[in-house]
Order: sequence, then structure tokens, then C-alpha cells
Amino acid sequence: MQIYLPIAEVSVNIFLLLGLGGIVGVLSGMFGVGGGFLMTPLLFFIGIPPAVAVATEANQIVASSFSGVLAHFRRKTVDFKMGTVLLIGGLTGAAVGVVIFNYLKAQGQVDLLVKLCYVVFLGVIGSLMFVESLNALRKSRKKATVTTTRRQRGWMQALPFKTRFRTSGLYISVLPPLVVGLFVGILSAIMGVGGGFIMVPAMIYLLGMPTKVVVGTSLFQIIFVTGFTTLLHATTNYTVDMALAVLLLVGGVIGAQIGTQIGTRLRAEQLRILLAMMVLAVCFKLALDLLIEPSELYSIGAAGGH
Amino acid sequence: MRILALILCIIPLFASGEEIVLGMSQDEVAITATFDGSNILVFGAIKRESAIPEGELGVIVTIAGPSEPVAVHRKERRFGIWVNTDTVEVDAAPSFYAIATSAPMDRILKDTEDLRHQISIERAIRSVGAPMTITDAPAFTDAVIRIRKSQDLYKRTENSVLLDQETLFRTSVDMPANLTEGDYFTRIFLTRDGKVVSEFETTIDVKKVGLERFLYNLSHQQPLVYGLLSLAIAILAGWLASSFFRMIRGT
Repeated sequence: MQIYLPIAEVSVNIFLLLGLGGIVGVLSGMFGVGGGFLMTPLLFFIGIPPAVAVATEANQIVASSFSGVLAHFRRKTVDFKMGTVLLIGGLTGAAVGVVIFNYLKAQGQVDLLVKLCYVVFLGVIGSLMFVESLNALRKSRKKATVTTTRRQRGWMQALPFKTRFRTSGLYISVLPPLVVGLFVGILSAIMGVGGGFIMVPAMIYLLGMPTKVVVGTSLFQIIFVTGFTTLLHATTNYTVDMALAVLLLVGGVIGAQIGTQIGTRLRAEQLRILLAMMVLAVCFKLALDLLIEPSELYSIGAAGGH
Repeated sequence: MRILALILCIIPLFASGEEIVLGMSQDEVAITATFDGSNILVFGAIKRESAIPEGELGVIVTIAGPSEPVAVHRKERRFGIWVNTDTVEVDAAPSFYAIATSAPMDRILKDTEDLRHQISIERAIRSVGAPMTITDAPAFTDAVIRIRKSQDLYKRTENSVLLDQETLFRTSVDMPANLTEGDYFTRIFLTRDGKVVSEFETTIDVKKVGLERFLYNLSHQQPLVYGLLSLAIAILAGWLASSFFRMIRGT
């Protein structure tokens, strides 16, 4: 069954959209990532214009993240204090990111830069996480008991404005989470994603937050960052397609619920290894696109857009 | 009396030639939510005042979507990766272009006539002024045609116009699902020995209706309301799904 999308101006299969939304929703619930880094390339692939795909995807992430975060609210695995600090950094970063994005657009080659960004970040984060969680898994198997060794970083402890993040069990300065939020905000505006796949590892490895709290807190702040992005796109580029968003989010919210359930049954190390493998797979695909000679060397774009 | 005199003046112009009388199954395509393409039947007759003239008769039907400038990028390998290096702006490329003919194109249409009336796809695209650095500008125009042909947006179907007794003709043109809004300029050419002897023009109005129209208008006229509404739907859907799943697990 086909549906004509009013803003994207293409006709697509309803069940394809529901299915895509569902699969990405499951991943979103499991890992606390918005799923934008998967969904946006998939939407390009089925023929949605890139500008519409990026904007609409932001709207859909709001839905699946909200659905996912409610489950975490009840389980009390959301660190509101940490989330708010990250969010302040995130929104500032998003605004800065939009300025950078527009500057790069004026210079041309923004597509290439976005793709390179994806390859580099996905590659680095994916490999680090994969190696780390593999080691953790091996260690926990050997000892049969999971020992959580909190890394104490000398310079981080020396920073001012220390405060207690009760839910995370941390007593650290607010500066590192602010900087992490800012950095992720910039990247998410440039790459057109919620930034969960950068935020989650940053929270685990840089801030030392426990994995269980990380997912809920990440979802919590993603809602606001992507909500902000949706409004920006809707008011400046008119590229949010409500019909597309509704279809994706119906699948997405259901998927997120299922994903959250699966997530609670898996061990933290297993969860991390799966996320790492997924990140690496997307990175590999994007790298191949850049390295292999495309079958069509020409592409059609909107005139005057450079 | 004056009117009659006017008519008498006009008649001799057509008396020697042939004229197209056209009918169409529809002059409007409504894009609804379930729109998945349309089929337009173009039919008509050739009106003459005298006997059928000599020479091979040809009928060509073209339907063109709204023209817009497009930027065509070409990739090249730089530092091991494929990047867009050259860009040529094609000044006007129709978003859709279909040609249906009653016989092979080159037999019923001379090249000079094609040039004058811009009938073939290659002629319908206008490209002037590629940058000085690009020596093979036609390759970019060809690329537009190649890409759009593969998307079924440009097509040429020869022998698809049925001619009956050199007087009646009909053909049907498939409009794909990925149509854009606008006036679709429709032309019918009558040729004798490759020369255009009569031409008829009309437009097909392709437009969104119903919910499609409403959403499109809202997004452009009230973008903030539209954006907030999108967010509200997202939050509501997220909350509904969460409550629903909790209910299932609760029982």
C-alpha cells in the first residue's frame, strides 16, 4: 500500500516505513540512542530527499525517545540533574553547530564533510567500545563477578564547581558534562542526528556514569535537543514531513518499548558490544561509499544551493 | 457581418492544412494521500477541409512537468575518496517529460523541426553557460536525462500513438507516483514528412488535494504551529505507546 508524502513529494510503501520505524525503535530502546545515525541514511536510500529526511527524523526521534524515557522514569534510571547539565551544553552546542553548518554550506562540500564526520566518529567510537566491552566481558567471565572499577581522573577531580549527581553516584565538577553536552550538540547539528551514539560512550567512559543510568539520561536530553532541531527545521526550511513522521513514529514508539524490555534482560557488556558492532557496520558502509567508484558519477541537486 | 468577414479571412489559413481536435480523459491530476500514479488518455481527431494530403503522417504527444534549474555534480577520486568536483547548473530541466509518437521519432520528425519546437528530451532541457573550466558540458545534460530516465520521470515511447484512418489518434501516458505539483504543459504535434503542420497546446493541472493540501499549506503558512503540532504528535504517540505496553504487562 502506497502513500504520497505531502512535503517530501514522493510516494512510498506504508509498511516499509512502519517496519523501518519499528527496527530503529527497538535499537533506540535497547541502547538509548535516538537511532538517527541509522534512520537518516536509510531514508536517503528509499528516496526521501535528504533535507526532508534529516528534519523529519529529528521529529521521529522525539517520539521514540519519549516513549523510551517513560520506562526509565518508572525504573528511576534517569539522572535529571546530569541530564539538565548535559542539555544546557547540548542546546548551546546545537546553536553553534547550526552556525558552523551554514558556514560550511557556503564553502561547498558540506555533504562530504558530514560523511567524513560520520566515518571518523563512528569508526573511533565503535572500535573503542568494541575493544573495551570485549575485555570487560572476558574479565567478568573469568572472575564470574562483575567488578566495577570507577576510574578516577586526577585532573577531572581538580576542577571547580563540584556537585553531587545522586542517581549516577558521582561527585564531580559540572564542567566535564557541560563540555560533553556542548561538543555533542555541535556534532548533532552538523550531522543531523540526536547524538546518542556519541553521548552514550562519552557518559560511560568520560564521565564514568553507570551504564544503566546512561541510557535513560541520554534519552532524556535527546528529546529536548531533537525537539529544538525539529522546530528549527520546520520554521526555516519547511522540511518536516508530518505524514512521514507519523508513520515512522508509530513503528518507532512500539519498537522502543520492545527494545527497552530486551535491554533490561541483557548484561551491560553485551549491550555495549552489540551497539559497538552496529556503529562499526554503519561506519564500514559509509566508508565503502566513499572509497568505491560509484556506478553513477553524476548526481542532481537543487540549483543555487552552494 | 463583420464577424462573418473575419471567419472568412481565417478559413483559408486552415483550408489547405490539417488541424488537431483534442480530447483528454482528464485535465487535472489530484494528488491524494493514496496517490500512486495516474494514467492520462489523450485522444483526438484530425480535421481537414480537403482531401488527405500526400506524405507520411505523424502524431507526437509530449507532456512536460514544471521546469526548474538543477545543479549537476560530478564525482572524481581525490586523495583516495570520491568527492564532488565539478558542478554545472542546467538552467531549465522539466521535472517530468514524456513523449509518445505514432512512429519512430527520426522518421516523422526532422531535426530542424525538433530544434524549432523543442520536442525531444534533449532539446527540452536548456543549458547555457557552463563554467569555463568544464569542457564537456553536454555530459552533464546527458546525466540529467540518464538519471531521470532511470527514475521513470523521462520517457520516450515510440509507436505508442495509435493512428486510425489517418484521422483518429489516441495514446495513454503513465504519470509516475513521484510527481511534483504544477502545470503540466501538454503539446500535440501533427507532422507530414517530418514537418510540423499543426500544433495543439493545453495544460494538465497536477495538484495536491485534501489532507495533502492542508498539511502542505500549514507547513508553509504557519511553520511554528506546524512544528509544535509535529512535536505534540510525537510526544503523544510516545506516551500512548508507553502506557499501552504498561497496561499489557500489568494484566
